[in-house]
Amino acid sequence: MVLELYMDLLSAPCRAVYIFAKKNGIPFDFQFVDLLKGHHHSKEYIEINPLRKLPSLRDGKFILSESVAILFYLCRKYSAPSHWYPPDLHMRARVDEFMAWQHTAIQQPMSKILWIKLLIPMITGEQVPDEKIERTMEEANKNLQQFEEKFLQDKMFITGDNISLADLVALVEMMQPMGSNHNVFISSKLAEWRMRVELAIGSSLFWEAHDRLAKLPDWDSSTLDPSIKLRMSEFLEKYK
Amino acid sequence: MVLELYLDLLSQPCRAIYIFAKKNGIPFQMHTVELREGEHLSDAFAQVNPMKKVPAMKDDDFTLSESVAILLYLTHKYKVPDHWYPRELQARARVDEYLAWQHTALRRSCLRALWQKMMIPVFLGEQVPSETLTATLAELDVNLQVLEDKFLQDKAFLIGPRISLADLVAVTEVMHPVGGGCPVFEGRPKLAAWYHRVEAAVGKDLFREAHEVILKAKDSPPADLISKQKLMPRVLAMIQ
Repeated sequence: MVLELYMDLLSAPCRAVYIFAKKNGIPFDFQFVDLLKGHHHSKEYIEINPLRKLPSLRDGKFILSESVAILFYLCRKYSAPSHWYPPDLHMRARVDEFMAWQHTAIQQPMSKILWIKLLIPMITGEQVPDEKIERTMEEANKNLQQFEEKFLQDKMFITGDNISLADLVALVEMMQPMGSNHNVFISSKLAEWRMRVELAIGSSLFWEAHDRLAKLPDWDSSTLDPSIKLRMSEFLEKYK
Repeated sequence: MVLELYLDLLSQPCRAIYIFAKKNGIPFQMHTVELREGEHLSDAFAQVNPMKKVPAMKDDDFTLSESVAILLYLTHKYKVPDHWYPRELQARARVDEYLAWQHTALRRSCLRALWQKMMIPVFLGEQVPSETLTATLAELDVNLQVLEDKFLQDKAFLIGPRISLADLVAVTEVMHPVGGGCPVFEGRPKLAAWYHRVEAAVGKDLFREAHEVILKAKDSPPADLISKQKLMPRVLAMIQ
């Protein structure tokens, strides 16, 4: 039975898993769970992941959530080239450190930018107060700076000369604001690293994975199911 | 040179590392970083961890932050018994899954519950709006339920018959609201039974030793003005 990956490429963690699987020639069935249609709340999907989050992996009877866990699982099961998750104690620790730190330091702020700049105004018709926008941007910028100074430094990639899972996860997350036409790769160091990672992945695969995000501003949010909009309102309160 | 660990046992992730190192006979020099005095915000400590957070580790010239990364580093370097981070693919994935999930879920609720319910009023002499505290305690409840229903289920420990890193990280987190006077185990016999099993597997003496500080935290003398000024910006982030 072939591996199943439950994903919507609007989600950064899904893009990391998608790119990794494709890049490493790992055969899988793409089970599309449409976030914009609220399919992550469907009965079928709740059986896969009662927490209603993406991505999920199903390998026979084994179901796994959390993109970091999925990436490690795929890496090990399919014996991906060692640069993705280096065996060297220190290099591996650096990847682990980034993977732990990014949940709150990168993923959340980057996602927040997309919500604040595009999704909240689009769905609710309301603008988010300037002061909140400013605070979000300040935090995002501070963390991007920490990323540069601590994780990237003067190296080509986070662990040194080769791309690893850390670069992949970092980049797909930093791409999230692009869905609202906001570019975080302003410093030349960050922009150069971004290009390096894109090239290491392969530009064609990279942009294929980001196509749905790039088209997000064209989404007609009036098609949003009212019951989904209701569910979202609680979620949106967090960002207002 | 011996491994150096920069810890304050007030902090949940520090307790996990302390217990793990002691339980596995890993020799280390302990540097206590007094969080309540703002020592983590000092320039001296920034040399060890520019993120200004505990825990931090220094192994000769190699510095590392993020408790999950440190636990994995110690696991690999000191070749601890397999049950902590099983080599078996799916069992290891389950540990990874828990360690990834907890950052933005249980850890976040436990930290906020402790500070909003007890530390901010008792230690900092400020009140937290009651609706904020209510929401935090409700969120804690939800995450404890997920811990029971998704991760523990009917197993002895989170991933199976033996204690792993997942249990250690989970139990030290759950002790945080316990230190804040939250009745975490009330009406949760399954969780309480798991707690006792983990405590026994760790060893009651070591468990008690690691939790002395958090259990006495409610008797913290009020912060002096200087410490309070240093701590408030980061603490305010815990109320939002």
